[in-house]
Amino acid sequence: MGGVALKQKLGDQARGKQLGQPLLAQLAQRRLALLEPVQLHPREHFGRLRELDVRVLHDLHAVAPGVAEIEAAASQDLGARVLETTPHRLAIVHDQAEVAILVGPLGAARGEHEKLVAHVDEGHSGHPPAQLELEQPAVEVERLLQVVDLEHHVVDADQPRHKPQHRLPAVAAIELDGLERRYGERVALAGVTVRVEAGQTLAVLGGNGAGKTTLLRVLAGLLRPHGGVARVLDAALPGERWKLPGRVGYLGHEPLLYRELSGRENLRYHAQLHSVDTGRVEELVAAVGMERRADDPVRELSRGMVQRLAAARAVLHDPALLLLDEPRANLDPAAAELLEPLIGRASGRTRVLVSHDVEGALGESDAVLRLKRGRPVGEDEDLYR
Amino acid sequence: MIRAAKAILRKDLLLELRTKESVPAMTLFTLTVYVLFHFGLDRDSLDGELASGVLWVTLLLAAVIGVTRLFAAEREQGGIDALLLAPVDRTSLFLAKAGALFLFLSAVELVAVPAFALMLLGPDLGGTLPELIAILLLANLGIAAVGALVAALAAETRARELIVPLLLLPMLVPLLIAGAQATEPFLRQQQGPDDLGRWLGLLTLYDVVFVLLSVAVFDYLLED
Repeated sequence: MGGVALKQKLGDQARGKQLGQPLLAQLAQRRLALLEPVQLHPREHFGRLRELDVRVLHDLHAVAPGVAEIEAAASQDLGARVLETTPHRLAIVHDQAEVAILVGPLGAARGEHEKLVAHVDEGHSGHPPAQLELEQPAVEVERLLQVVDLEHHVVDADQPRHKPQHRLPAVAAIELDGLERRYGERVALAGVTVRVEAGQTLAVLGGNGAGKTTLLRVLAGLLRPHGGVARVLDAALPGERWKLPGRVGYLGHEPLLYRELSGRENLRYHAQLHSVDTGRVEELVAAVGMERRADDPVRELSRGMVQRLAAARAVLHDPALLLLDEPRANLDPAAAELLEPLIGRASGRTRVLVSHDVEGALGESDAVLRLKRGRPVGEDEDLYR
Repeated sequence: MIRAAKAILRKDLLLELRTKESVPAMTLFTLTVYVLFHFGLDRDSLDGELASGVLWVTLLLAAVIGVTRLFAAEREQGGIDALLLAPVDRTSLFLAKAGALFLFLSAVELVAVPAFALMLLGPDLGGTLPELIAILLLANLGIAAVGALVAALAAETRARELIVPLLLLPMLVPLLIAGAQATEPFLRQQQGPDDLGRWLGLLTLYDVVFVLLSVAVFDYLLED
């Protein structure tokens, strides 16, 4: 179907439909055809869905079968349930941060749709089939018009109240659903479900052996998840682990510094691995207050000094995601304050913070994951008994 | 890849210079084994096949020490995690580790071969040094490739002191045969090359096969 004809038809049909017209214009411009069949998984597209300039239909039950309309991210109310109730064969066209969505090719039949919704309503996982295949990528014009007819559901993206305040996509930096990790027969993590937006901090609380460090290592791509869904910085683990190196900063129990090398030599070595300029090393040596002792072998430094260097090492490559396992261990208050711009909330990075300082962690986090024997537990559960 | 390999190799050499954990241990081991052979065989001097066998078995056993310690710093100080977190092709790690092992073996041989000549060997090695060096370097290349592979395989295992010799030594048998056969003519009283080209060819083939094989599979060895 030609773009001109499509535009003409859409224009005619949409005339007078104040809310639908801009959407139609967007759609017409994009010609609403995907070039090749794509495979969609709802969770893989969760981040994109949050950008949509169309409001979520709160009542998906009422949507005609095969139509999936999703709303813009601005209202931040695209919940998992909505996503999970999205019918099969959802087509999303994403173009330069402006997303027009429409409708899969006549998607699920009503019966299937209702069955899925009922399934979710009963409290089951909303996971439809693991991979949703878009069999017929082109969107039917008639279908578009049906959607536009649902004008009370479609909101003009250009209306200020629906414009996102920030055009940066509110993509989830971390998204876990039923994450599982075992060591042999022993289950170290199970049923871990959490979502962390870019720039937010997740506090992970729990006693010894709760699986906190294992979780960090899975998020860093150092351990494979054995079950569930794990997406970190848009990398689906374990298959896309290769996307993570260089994007994650890890500050764990081990400083990852060679004891026989000096702090400066260690940082220069890591700078070379990360293709970072040596000027950054000097900048960080100063930032962590180690100018005077930077040339001493690490084995001669106090644990606090080693921790400062380890923090410098973790942020050397300016990672998008910081995984912090007791980052302030061995630090005196002055040193902790010194590191705040690098690894604290002030760094502006997405952080996962493991700490036994419950109040401190809660004070600087946006979300909390409480783990006990590898499983998430509620607030009423004593984590340490 | 080469840049990262250089950085890792430089770090490994710096660590060895500071800790002196591998090369001195390997060298002392070879000298000790020569002494044991001296008394065990109850001979003042060796030549020919026996000399060649003693030299090569000693060098390969010394290599086991180097291979066992090749990933020690990474294992003990978290260097493997750091490498996995960095945007570094794992082949660069293989190249660096194999390069370090090659240099360690060469350094050991700088002492071990003259010491062998002094302590055990009957014939004079003087006129055959270029050929001997070529054989040793080719053998070192093969040992380094296989050694880096085995070291990575054993790095995260608890029984690495057992796994390294059990895996490494059988894999080095073709190299041992070629090295010993190539060297033997130079360790006779009546020196003269005997099928040297054939054995050098076998050594070269071994090197090519195991370098390529190691590069191909190394990526998978560090996976969780």
